[in-house]
Amino acid sequence: MATTEKMILNMGPQHPSTHGVLRLVLELDGEVITKITPDIGFLHRGVEKLSEHRTYHQVLPLTDRLDYLAPMSNNLGYILAVEKLLDIEVPERAKVIRIILAELTRLKSHLVWLACHALDIGAMTVFIYAFRERETIMETYELISGARMTSNFFRAGGLSMDVPPEFEKKVRDFISSMPGYLDQYEGLLTTNPIWLKRTIGNGVISAEDAIDIGITGPALRGSGVDLDLRRDNPYSGYDEYQFQVPVGEKCDTFDRYKVRLVEMREACKIINQALDRLKPGPVLADSPQVCYPPKENVYNSIEGLIHHFKIASEGYPVPAGEVYQGVEAPKGELGFYIVSDGSSKPYRMRIRPPSFVNLQAIEKMAKGSMIADLVAVIGTLDIVLGEIDR
Amino acid sequence: MGVENPLGDNIITTSLDALVNWSRKSSIWPMTFGLACCAIEMMATGASHNDLDRFGIIFRASPRQSDCIIIAGTVTKKMLPVIKTVYEQMPEPKWVIAMGACACSGGVFDTYSVVQGIDEALPVDVYIPGCPPRPEALLYGIMKLQDKIMKDKNSFGNSIGLGTRIESAAA
Repeated sequence: MATTEKMILNMGPQHPSTHGVLRLVLELDGEVITKITPDIGFLHRGVEKLSEHRTYHQVLPLTDRLDYLAPMSNNLGYILAVEKLLDIEVPERAKVIRIILAELTRLKSHLVWLACHALDIGAMTVFIYAFRERETIMETYELISGARMTSNFFRAGGLSMDVPPEFEKKVRDFISSMPGYLDQYEGLLTTNPIWLKRTIGNGVISAEDAIDIGITGPALRGSGVDLDLRRDNPYSGYDEYQFQVPVGEKCDTFDRYKVRLVEMREACKIINQALDRLKPGPVLADSPQVCYPPKENVYNSIEGLIHHFKIASEGYPVPAGEVYQGVEAPKGELGFYIVSDGSSKPYRMRIRPPSFVNLQAIEKMAKGSMIADLVAVIGTLDIVLGEIDR
Repeated sequence: MGVENPLGDNIITTSLDALVNWSRKSSIWPMTFGLACCAIEMMATGASHNDLDRFGIIFRASPRQSDCIIIAGTVTKKMLPVIKTVYEQMPEPKWVIAMGACACSGGVFDTYSVVQGIDEALPVDVYIPGCPPRPEALLYGIMKLQDKIMKDKNSFGNSIGLGTRIESAAA
């Protein structure tokens, strides 16, 4: 009688389909996966420790680089946590712009997910198309903040500056053409027999297992659990917007794909509603202890200059206490837990990254499937290593 | 099969260096090797808007088929041995581009786990600043690398055992 031997195969950290520097140690029986052990930490940059030596203001650029596909969502989560500690009210215009940018970021992140997921499975055209649309969002980022990716645009109490007048038209134009682009992607994928063969029935995880592991975001909703923090635990004024939360049924890769595509359409609707609410007004709270003075004061009066210098050099003290703020980032629940000792630097900052928790489902989803299907499972989880390793 | 006698009955006279360097600079094949945020800008450079294919640049997934490695992102101490292995697997001649502040100098991440610049381990040819650099900056860096390759002397002769190879800095 023939005997078989298990083979140990090393996938990554240098692998084009592991979305960065993820290493997976696979145990194989022929071509069937029997065990997956993820090895992470190849991008551990020490962001949490670094934050303890930065003022609250200086931590913000570090959050850009956590989930680098969705910088504004990270900014929003962090800044909402700090605002909760400071207990300051954000002006209406700043809130609306924050929502526009957070939803644009969702589109941006999902576009990269779609591009890479399709590329991994073998559909290259979608990659080229999705990056074309993404470029427009990057241009919008550049228009408001000067940076294409690491925007660092939010501030405790509002925004770093008001958006330029052409912002509204640019976003409206983009949002009106986005559903057409989404139809294009769907035309390439949703009825494509290769795509269906690769995604239907792949990476199944039941709702119970998903909840046990703690999966959040589209990966959880694809398994039929109706949970979205924007609706269920609203922040930054999301409760005033009407949008659907798409939910899957079959818990497989195809359902998660559908959920994300509907989410992109809903994001467009939210942005449209937000643009209608955009009224002139201040974008920074009237809270001199925390907020920078207007630039004309800094340049024209010594008091303004001292005020600016004091915040830039010493930061602002934040009342002692601890706070947790979760936001619905494109990949799931992104949480910031900050402990303050009353100084101008966080005593401890802990980040709850959605990708880190979602990655733990990989063994449940890919065990027993072929090694080629693992690539589709990594794609559908939509992980980002900057966030997993921090 | 294939191209037979492409030049017809004509002959071309040129120095071997010019021909070899021209062909090398016109088909730089970098590794598909993203580390962090800069990798996304690298992808954006390769995608529709900027299109690296214009320069004959095609990303290859295996180090055995590449002659350039773009260090796009933060290099951690855990990752450094992997990068060294990948670099050693690449055939000569090979070039290194350090893309972004982290790869050049460690960037904002001056911590216990981050290598403060990839030049501690690999011979870097082109440094591209920025956090992350714009696609245009990456294109400019690649063009600088092409300039540098064009100045190479006797690299072909060296590879068949004649004389030594003389490298020079980019313009």
